Amino acid sequence: MRITKDLVAASATPLVLGILAEGENYGYAILRRINELSGGELDWTEGLLYPLLHRLERLGYVESRWQSVTGERRRKYYRITTKGLAELAEQRRQWDTVVDALKEVWHSAGDLRPLKAVPAEGQA
Amino acid sequence: MTDRDDQNGLEAQIAQWRRYVQRRRELKQSDAEELEDHLRGSVDELIAVGLRADEAFLVAVKRMGSLDELSREFAREHSERLWKQLVLTGDSDGRVAGTRSRRELLVMVLCAVGAAASIKVPELFGVTLEEDPGFYGPNLGLFALPWLAAFLAWRRQARPALIGVLVALFALGAVGANAYPLEEDSQSLVVTSIHLPIALWLVVGLAYVADDWRSSRRRMDFIRFTGEWFIYLVLIALGGGVLSGFMFGTFEAIGISPDTFISQWLLPCGAMGAVVVAGWLVEAKQSVVENIAPVLTRLFTPLFTAVLVAFLIAVGRSGNGINVEREALILFDLLLVVVLGLLLYSISARDPLAPPGLFDKLQLALVVSALLIDVLVLLEITGRITEYGTTPNKTAALGENVILLANLAWSAWLVLGFVRRRTPFAALERWQTGYLPVYAAWAWIVVLVFPPLFNYM
Repeated sequence: MRITKDLVAASATPLVLGILAEGENYGYAILRRINELSGGELDWTEGLLYPLLHRLERLGYVESRWQSVTGERRRKYYRITTKGLAELAEQRRQWDTVVDALKEVWHSAGDLRPLKAVPAEGQA
Repeated sequence: MTDRDDQNGLEAQIAQWRRYVQRRRELKQSDAEELEDHLRGSVDELIAVGLRADEAFLVAVKRMGSLDELSREFAREHSERLWKQLVLTGDSDGRVAGTRSRRELLVMVLCAVGAAASIKVPELFGVTLEEDPGFYGPNLGLFALPWLAAFLAWRRQARPALIGVLVALFALGAVGANAYPLEEDSQSLVVTSIHLPIALWLVVGLAYVADDWRSSRRRMDFIRFTGEWFIYLVLIALGGGVLSGFMFGTFEAIGISPDTFISQWLLPCGAMGAVVVAGWLVEAKQSVVENIAPVLTRLFTPLFTAVLVAFLIAVGRSGNGINVEREALILFDLLLVVVLGLLLYSISARDPLAPPGLFDKLQLALVVSALLIDVLVLLEITGRITEYGTTPNKTAALGENVILLANLAWSAWLVLGFVRRRTPFAALERWQTGYLPVYAAWAWIVVLVFPPLFNYM
């Protein structure tokens, strides 16, 4: 199963903000965490992650600082701000609404589901 | 292979990758560092699961995806980076470059202030702008251009010998402007006022090319510099016009007339300062913005060609001769200057190795039609001179005409050879850069020899 690009893009902000709400983190580890959370199903690229982090920084949802690791290397750590936490809460409310609505509609149309789902699961 | 070799190989590969990343305009130094950290994280993890360093590097790079795609994504978030910004005071990226450009800014400000102050110095000796236009006219180039030359010479760390030559030439200019007893309404004064700035501008050129004054490439750079400088000067002048307009209006509204301040201080000092600032801008933004002069050339070459061809047709159809008054002669001189400028600035931006194209043919048409028109003008003028005798004005204008005609005629020949694939493009470039001393020599002759030759008429 592959998650479509649109869905990846739509869920990107709340996912990153959610991960940063767990604690300060840096790019590579964030990407690994996303992998872990989705069981490898979410196809994230660096081209998606870093510009997104920069945008969230510009909007004031996260802040960053450079910290030196071994030798000459520096690592950029991101931390969520209060504004970011508020945004996360808002996004979460919206997603809950969407998920609830989807659950509702799938429940009432439950007899259609196996027909679609069986071949898809067979492939995966 | 030992672990150590492996590690060194990995570092070399990462260094190479970093250079590729840094070449991307969309990616700043800090982005490159962040991505490198990511790459290293990925490599470390792959090594931990048993891959060799070089294998791990390949896999990690592959996973990151193509740089093109990555840059595109970055550009979408940071679209301002595609508009290269001219950073005035040091950027955050390079600290060394930052201090250097700050120091440059400081020296430029000093030179600009010096130029602005220079034009007010004569007033200390009772020579004012209002009452002595006969002094300010020929000396105009001597207020600002030495400062611009000083800035350029400082920037290129010119050798003492060159500095000596520059000082001597500016001193010679001062002599040419002031030594001869010229009446305030004499023609020679006007002729000197026009030609001395040209001569001094080429002295600035000497400071620009510094130690490498024989090099054709460096001279071409100076031609580019001249075009860009002129455009910046015009832009600054427009800004200055808006500034003085507002100043006039607002102060007038509270009953204070800023007339004298604007005409005696703001305009003269601002203009002198702008000469230096424009030069600094060209130097600072050289690699930042595309040159604008060649773009304008592309735009106007077809239009000028059309006008000149139409003019030739009109002359042929109507049978009217060209009425050569003094103004007309100057007008046609200026026309040749414009045509030469169009030629020069398209040369300056052209890839010398590109094959001839439609634009080159268009250019040939432009030059040939300008030549035809000029021959008509010359025929008229020689008739007039033999009839009425010469004046400094006519002789200077005629001399310029001949110089430009010679340049354009040979250029036309070279362009023709190039279009027919007989001569390389570089020949045209060399011809134009080699011709620069001719302009300088003529301008100096007019300034230094003409006044005594024509009895200070």
